[in-house]
Amino acid sequence: MSETNDKFKTMLYLNGVSVSFDGFKALNNLSIIVHPNEMLSVIGPNGAGKTTMMDIITGKTRPDDGEVFFDSKIDLTRLDEAKIANLGIGRKFQKPTVFESHTVWDNLELALKKPRGVFSALTYVPANDDIGRIEAILDTVRLSARKGDLAAGLSHGQKQWLEIGMLLAQDPKLLLVDEPVAGMTDSETVETAKLLKDIALTRSVVVVEHDMSFVRALGARVSCLAEGSVLAEGTIDQVSANPVVIERYLGR
Amino acid sequence: MITAMILRALDTRAVWVVSILLLVALAVPFANLALPVSSPLHIPDYVVPLFGKYLTYAMLALALDLVWGYCGILSLGHSAFFALGGYAMGMYLMRQIGSRGVYGNPVLPDFMVFLNYKDLPWFWYGFDNFWFACLIVVLVPGLLAFIFGFLAFRSRVTGVYLSIITQALTYALLLAFFRNDLGFGGNNGLTDFKDILGFNIQSVTTRAALFAASAIALGLAVLVCSAIVNSKLGKVMVAVRDAESRTRFLGYRVDNVKLFAFVVSAIIAGVAGALYVPQVGIINPSEFAPENSIEIVIWTAVGGRATLVGPIVGGLLLNFGKTMFTSIWPDYWLYALGGVFVFVTLFLPKGIVGAIRGVFGKKPAPRADNTQAEDGGQTDAPLVTDAHPDPAE
Repeated sequence: MSETNDKFKTMLYLNGVSVSFDGFKALNNLSIIVHPNEMLSVIGPNGAGKTTMMDIITGKTRPDDGEVFFDSKIDLTRLDEAKIANLGIGRKFQKPTVFESHTVWDNLELALKKPRGVFSALTYVPANDDIGRIEAILDTVRLSARKGDLAAGLSHGQKQWLEIGMLLAQDPKLLLVDEPVAGMTDSETVETAKLLKDIALTRSVVVVEHDMSFVRALGARVSCLAEGSVLAEGTIDQVSANPVVIERYLGR
Repeated sequence: MITAMILRALDTRAVWVVSILLLVALAVPFANLALPVSSPLHIPDYVVPLFGKYLTYAMLALALDLVWGYCGILSLGHSAFFALGGYAMGMYLMRQIGSRGVYGNPVLPDFMVFLNYKDLPWFWYGFDNFWFACLIVVLVPGLLAFIFGFLAFRSRVTGVYLSIITQALTYALLLAFFRNDLGFGGNNGLTDFKDILGFNIQSVTTRAALFAASAIALGLAVLVCSAIVNSKLGKVMVAVRDAESRTRFLGYRVDNVKLFAFVVSAIIAGVAGALYVPQVGIINPSEFAPENSIEIVIWTAVGGRATLVGPIVGGLLLNFGKTMFTSIWPDYWLYALGGVFVFVTLFLPKGIVGAIRGVFGKKPAPRADNTQAEDGGQTDAPLVTDAHPDPAE
């Protein structure tokens, strides 16, 4: 019974999730909760299962065991990637993955929340609203000046931002953001933290990151994963003071 | 919405191509039929069906480009759709022969009399009607592509594996059509055609009309492809080509996008095959040969992938070259073709049209300069499109 209460009003609810690849336990009884309009930072050493966790949430990998619920009641383990994306879960990958042979504008147009069917795409004509939204997002991610350029020509940091812009265009309820500041300059990192905090005012955000100063700047609840399960949880100060975390992750 | 689609289809480049094709559709028959033989502009009779054939090849290359150049599906079985369209037209032409065959049977084609058929097989019914044959020309390649694509794309068969099974598909059809008891003339195929729509298939006017029909059909195919690739769906196709998994995480059903492109492409290939058969006068199982499918890939690559003009240029140029070359040094054509392919792959990765555009065009050729892309799958891998980058890894 308490289980049902836990699920109530959660945006993301992982309970006892395990998955193994060829005998290697990538996730081991992992449980994580994210509330609406809440940001969660996930830290942990390489191989802790952070990316696998995202793969499970987005339907790329099926768990061997455990429950995964979105928006209190939607069982994600039964759905595929496209369905899950359309429910309102957006994902930014570790390596910036934008459509290189499309312009910045087209990248956002493709991401824009619109019917995803073949025939709706074939007959799509941008409405004024859509153009306005894309322009607003370009402004937010500071790519207005580059809107006509191919995404291939952007710098690494700009690609990261474009991908965050694509996430915004999808208008998701939950954003999964994998290492957003990898390869960014310090000032870009500060800007990204600001941007994500703004986003988290109206949506749930899960950020996976190694950069501890960035995690501190986010000021969100922190979960430290190791060997596929949660090692410690709390504020950044609590977690980074935890002796187990220091031994297994920070101390390395 | 429909008007918007038509307007999109008519971008400047497509308008140019279609205008040129329409001009050719009028000028070539005129120069052949109306100008006196003494005129320097007169086009000899034998040239008309020859270039008509090249036009159908160009259309086939365009069909392949839609799936390969724009959607990253390297089909090595496109000759199957071409040949099926051709067989459907061939069956109509066989039924038109009537009692003028060697055995004089009013219903059964010669090969059936020869093979002791008593009645017309059920799948030959209806082919005495032109409209029925036209329907089958579109329906059978489309349906085969739908079933095949549905199974392959749903199971997420991509890259080399997909290429191999498309090759297997056309090879299986080749073997099947070689069998006499399949009811399509076996080894010899369908030939000795007499009439099409009541007109003598050998006459110069009919051939000129078939030439014009091929040019117009190619023009229509360009419009269809242009409407698709210039729509948002076209952008989704390119997205699937470059980063399939990313597209899926945006919420697009990648399998449906591929299936749509594959079916449209198969139908265009089928129509091309149907126009090819009356101009060459025969259709036999060798049209299914895997080598043919590989040649289509070379035409497209040489002309320029992911452009609408490229495959047409490649299809026309290489087939004209083949005719010239094989009449001078018949034994060396395959070496020459292979050499051209290697040269283009190494030095003109975007094909002839891509290279010209790179030199003269204001628009930077979309994929020529992104070699700094971190993963190999997104750079311009010339032939093997299997290297789909997997963003999550």
